[in-house]
Amino acid sequence: MATVTVSRKPLSLSERAYLPQILAGMRITLKHLFSPNVTLSYPEQRPAIPPGYRGVPTLVMDPHGREKCVSCQLCEFVCPPKAIRITPGAVPADQPDRAHVEKAPAAFDIDMLRCIYCGLCQEVCPEEAIFLQNQFSMSGYSRDEMVNHKDRLYELGGTLPDQHFKWDKKKAAEEHGNQH
Amino acid sequence: MIALWSNLHPALQMLLKGLAVILVIFPIAGASSLAERKVSAWIQGRPGPNRAIPIWFAWVPVIGPMLQKLGVFHLMSDGVKMLFKEDALPGHVNKPYFILAPILAMIPAFTTVTVVPFGAYLDAAGRTIPLMLANVDVGILAVFAVGSLGVYSLIIAGWASNSKYPFLGGVRASAQLISYELSMTLSVLPVFLWVNAPGTAGSLSLARVVEFQSQPGFWGGTWFIFLMPVSAFVFLVSLYAETNRQPFDMAECDADLVGGFHTEYGAFKWSLFFVAEYSHMVVGSAVFTLLFLGGWNPLPWVPLSDVAVWLHLADAPILLGLLSIAIFLGKVLCSIFVFMWVRWTIPRFRYDQVMKLGWQRLLPLAIANLIVYALIIAWLQPKN
Repeated sequence: MATVTVSRKPLSLSERAYLPQILAGMRITLKHLFSPNVTLSYPEQRPAIPPGYRGVPTLVMDPHGREKCVSCQLCEFVCPPKAIRITPGAVPADQPDRAHVEKAPAAFDIDMLRCIYCGLCQEVCPEEAIFLQNQFSMSGYSRDEMVNHKDRLYELGGTLPDQHFKWDKKKAAEEHGNQH
Repeated sequence: MIALWSNLHPALQMLLKGLAVILVIFPIAGASSLAERKVSAWIQGRPGPNRAIPIWFAWVPVIGPMLQKLGVFHLMSDGVKMLFKEDALPGHVNKPYFILAPILAMIPAFTTVTVVPFGAYLDAAGRTIPLMLANVDVGILAVFAVGSLGVYSLIIAGWASNSKYPFLGGVRASAQLISYELSMTLSVLPVFLWVNAPGTAGSLSLARVVEFQSQPGFWGGTWFIFLMPVSAFVFLVSLYAETNRQPFDMAECDADLVGGFHTEYGAFKWSLFFVAEYSHMVVGSAVFTLLFLGGWNPLPWVPLSDVAVWLHLADAPILLGLLSIAIFLGKVLCSIFVFMWVRWTIPRFRYDQVMKLGWQRLLPLAIANLIVYALIIAWLQPKN
């Protein structure tokens, strides 16, 4: 390997005397003494979350307040630390407009002690039903508390806009008889 | 009131005065530890400790939150924690010496206060009488002699802890403190050469130095920091080294020696070392103020007696005494702030750099300074 000789400038007199350098340093620290804080007082002040942030995984509903997850279990299979556990079930009888979806999760648990926030579940989801959102702080007093059940996941997720309304289109297509 | 006071036995009077001084020094040392945390935080762009508040103080409208922001209650809770924490005694230490070391650290820190004047008032004849516990002629010698005993507590602590890091800390402390004591003593010699003109009664009292800086006229009122900047500089640097402050805290050195001499200490014994360090800082700053910053004189060329005349306080010795103490304490606190300011500016020296700086730079500088001022004084003094 080629050797690069770095030329070092000899120290000037003021640098060797050391004292002017110290005074310059003290001037800088004095400036910092009066400059505003760079920290946040955390629980009262929250940091701005950048877009695309991967926080706690949550389940979302569509703008009509309907469940989006169809219990396909792709996220369960893709989850590297096996944090997701889904029990598939039928669509509840009180949702006649979703009867053609066939399946819905009877139970949906995400163990936040296992989750590594990789976002693969969000990426794999064909229904855009699971999202890693802005919440970054999870705490609990027991292992059980750290498992997010279905109702908690929906509470955390809320509603997100939907561009497709995939199952509405399917139903409309079915009704007009142009099955593919 | 005053009659009652003067009727007390002199020994009792001295005891009460001593207690009063300790009762001032101790809180200042404690408040310095809080100030250190706050100053470090502000320099680093943080708010610093601002959480703790007792519930009944949270109800006080403006003052409560203000004290909370200043972190005053952190200081109190720290003190309570230090007091009530389990005082563990490691099994491998040399117990008597291990317990003796923190006590030894406190003794010189508080003993040196006796010869340090902290204020003055005018008596009926218009003379300035210094306020101090013992106006003895040895003055500065007593400060150096007793103050340098502080190194024994570090050495004993390092040795009695019977483990590697404290031992290294103790060895470093002994070498460093002894080498910087030389330049420190040499740097104040020109001041006393200047003060003690031939033919007058010689004195090493610190009060005499302040008296000298409060004379009328241009040369009389000049503080020694202007007359002898090199002396002041060498004294200040040695003072930082003597009080084990950064950039010279070789004895503690938390980066490479964990905690140095106090690695094995905890709870109350540790807090004694802590208070002793800050008391050393307070006394050191006080001595620096007296020698070079004109003591209780508010400004250069403005002695306290002039201020007393302007404010019509010459007949009120108690008020004037309080004013002079306030001026003096203000200067001492500024000097302590500079201690902290320097600490959070300069990184710690390597051990060999400390030794090199002490022996090859400061000591020759102090000696040259002494010779130059001795020649100047010999040339200036009136020939007969």
